Amino acid sequence: MQLSREALLRAYRQMKVIREFEERLHTDIQTGEIAGFTHLYCGQEAVAVGVCEHLSVEDKIVSTHRGHGHCLAKGCDVNGMMKEIWGSREGLCKGKGGSMHIADIDKGMLGANGIVGAGSPIAVGAGIACKIDGKGHVAITFSGDGACNQGTTFEAMNMAVVTKAATIFVFENNHYSEHTGFEYAVGTQRDIASRAEAFGMKVWRGDGTDFFSVFETMREVLEYVRTPGNGPAAVEFDTERFFGHFEGDPQRYRGPGELDRIREFRDCLKNFRKSVTDAGVLDHADLDALDAEVLEAIEESVRQAKAADRPTAEDVLTDVYISY
Amino acid sequence: MPKMMYRNAVVTTIAEEMARDENVVCLGEDIVGGMGTPGGPEAIGGIWSTSTGLFGKFGADRVIDTPISESAIMGAAAGLALSGKRPIAELMFADFIGVSLDQIWNQLAKFRYMFGGKTKCPAVIRMAYGAGYNAAAQHSQAVHQILTGMPGLKVVMPSTPADVKGLLRTAIRDDDPVIFLEHKALYGMSGEVPDDPEFMIPFGHARLSRAGQDVTIVSTGLLLGFCEAVADRLAAEGIGCDVIDLRTTSPLDEETILDSVEVTGRLIVVDEAPPRCSLAGDICALVAEKAFAALKAPPLAVNPPHTPVPFARELESAYLPSVDKIEAAVRKVLAYR
Ligand SMILES: Cc1ncc(C[n+]2csc(CCOP(=O)(O)OP(=O)(O)O)c2C)c(N)n1
Ligand SMILES: [Mg+2]
Repeated sequence: MQLSREALLRAYRQMKVIREFEERLHTDIQTGEIAGFTHLYCGQEAVAVGVCEHLSVEDKIVSTHRGHGHCLAKGCDVNGMMKEIWGSREGLCKGKGGSMHIADIDKGMLGANGIVGAGSPIAVGAGIACKIDGKGHVAITFSGDGACNQGTTFEAMNMAVVTKAATIFVFENNHYSEHTGFEYAVGTQRDIASRAEAFGMKVWRGDGTDFFSVFETMREVLEYVRTPGNGPAAVEFDTERFFGHFEGDPQRYRGPGELDRIREFRDCLKNFRKSVTDAGVLDHADLDALDAEVLEAIEESVRQAKAADRPTAEDVLTDVYISY
Repeated sequence: MPKMMYRNAVVTTIAEEMARDENVVCLGEDIVGGMGTPGGPEAIGGIWSTSTGLFGKFGADRVIDTPISESAIMGAAAGLALSGKRPIAELMFADFIGVSLDQIWNQLAKFRYMFGGKTKCPAVIRMAYGAGYNAAAQHSQAVHQILTGMPGLKVVMPSTPADVKGLLRTAIRDDDPVIFLEHKALYGMSGEVPDDPEFMIPFGHARLSRAGQDVTIVSTGLLLGFCEAVADRLAAEGIGCDVIDLRTTSPLDEETILDSVEVTGRLIVVDEAPPRCSLAGDICALVAEKAFAALKAPPLAVNPPHTPVPFARELESAYLPSVDKIEAAVRKVLAYR
């Protein structure tokens, strides 16, 4: 474990923020106060954090409909995000976008996306820009096992290879696209990375429920893509989604005991806690203190979201253009 | 007549037509649901419950659950149609025509014309459209404006469960490509539906849902109900509205609109898509051109503003035409002199 105590605490805190943010939304959505479709990232925290802990604001990420975790990991403001999801005009996107469209360009977060497969081509453009700028920055696109079947993803992979874009395709295989299993929908059975390989990319694979697996894998991937001349790369992380596809999904496609099992054995936060305490680098008290602090931060974000200004009818008309 | 929900009218009609004609096949994302999962096929039907039970009845060859690949789904529908099948392809959200438009627009819609009339393309593309769910800019759009403008496509927009049944059957039996637009906020609407398995509503025939002498209101889809509510409010004041449900935007029933305006002299068109190059603008132009002499006031289009669909509740309700906005428009047209 080469990470410093500070780095470990930070990584844990980031994952915990995502976890509690999502758990809280899961609870609050049931009250009916939050509008729209919400897709929670719980269970996949190690991927977002294991990737983004390597990045600077200069590096770009492009996210998906399940974007809260990526946004938080890339440094988007917790309060601004909560306000956005609550539809406030003080939200990160002024209540115009909501859960599926959170973006913060200044943080290198080029947007969650409601169109499955739309992100990867955008990350190719961002990766070409990184290459042109020549400062070793990269653009990362997150896609699911469902999105990997979209033509846009294939086009993006090939175009990234031929343009030698500094783009990284991170595939989060959580085994489901909505209610369909990846073993049915992904023709290359249990394997998305091999597709990227076939497009001419160097690929990696890792355990998306283990922060250390993700983090160490990404160290190699990033070293490779940041090296001028190498072009893109891809990585597939096997992971789990703890909640339904969207909030309200009855999840009848799950097996008996599946949710309990993945919460017990495939929980990245539990796995992290066990690794660091077994190794004696952090103790439970350190992590418990962070847990309490994070819970309070999330509580505060909800307080702020509930009190924040609501948008008005005039706000509908703003921000369509810069000038018109 | 039995009562049925809009969404059940969809699946019942599909099932009846699949039973009648073995060439009818369905395809789309999650239309079986649960494929490749521990829960197994049909663990959950499609997200709109518009395909529930089809897989069990007709099997995997005719009820095809697809990966997330809209371009391939629409292309496959085109290929199936060229090969003697009658595909019903589902686009989960109408907004996703963005991903698949080439196969609809440059392929399906144009084959017959480009091939000199030598082929037919009996495909139905069903899609859930419209706002009202705070689903934001990429999951709330009304897309009829784009598709109605494409020669070669027929475009259907049912407003009631009975119309779903009559129009969907016509769509499935039609030999041209048909876009079938289902408003997601209407899926739970209940209404009387004829159970005659041959019940069909021809395309290009609008329905007069309210009759009156003073003003003509043209609409369809979710907003039709809003227009009816306005007509009912005004009826109490002795103001009579003709409310015309277009049912299909292509072909367009010009005659019913023009006949009504000849009597009322006043026209309002209420449309869920943005105002520029819109269905509402199109119909206002039609009336200005063909019923100019009858007009007592300028035709008035009621559309959302020229913006994407916003997320927050307050914003989405300000965006959509409402009963109050439609009523205000009617009063404005009535007050004109
Ligand atoms: C173009 C497009 N098609 C379909 C959908 C509907 N949809 C939203 S998420 C989703 C499943 C995505 O699965 P995956 O890529 O595995 O991501 P996950 O939900 O597992 O995070 C689908 C089909 C969409 N939003 N956009
Ligand atoms: Mg998935």
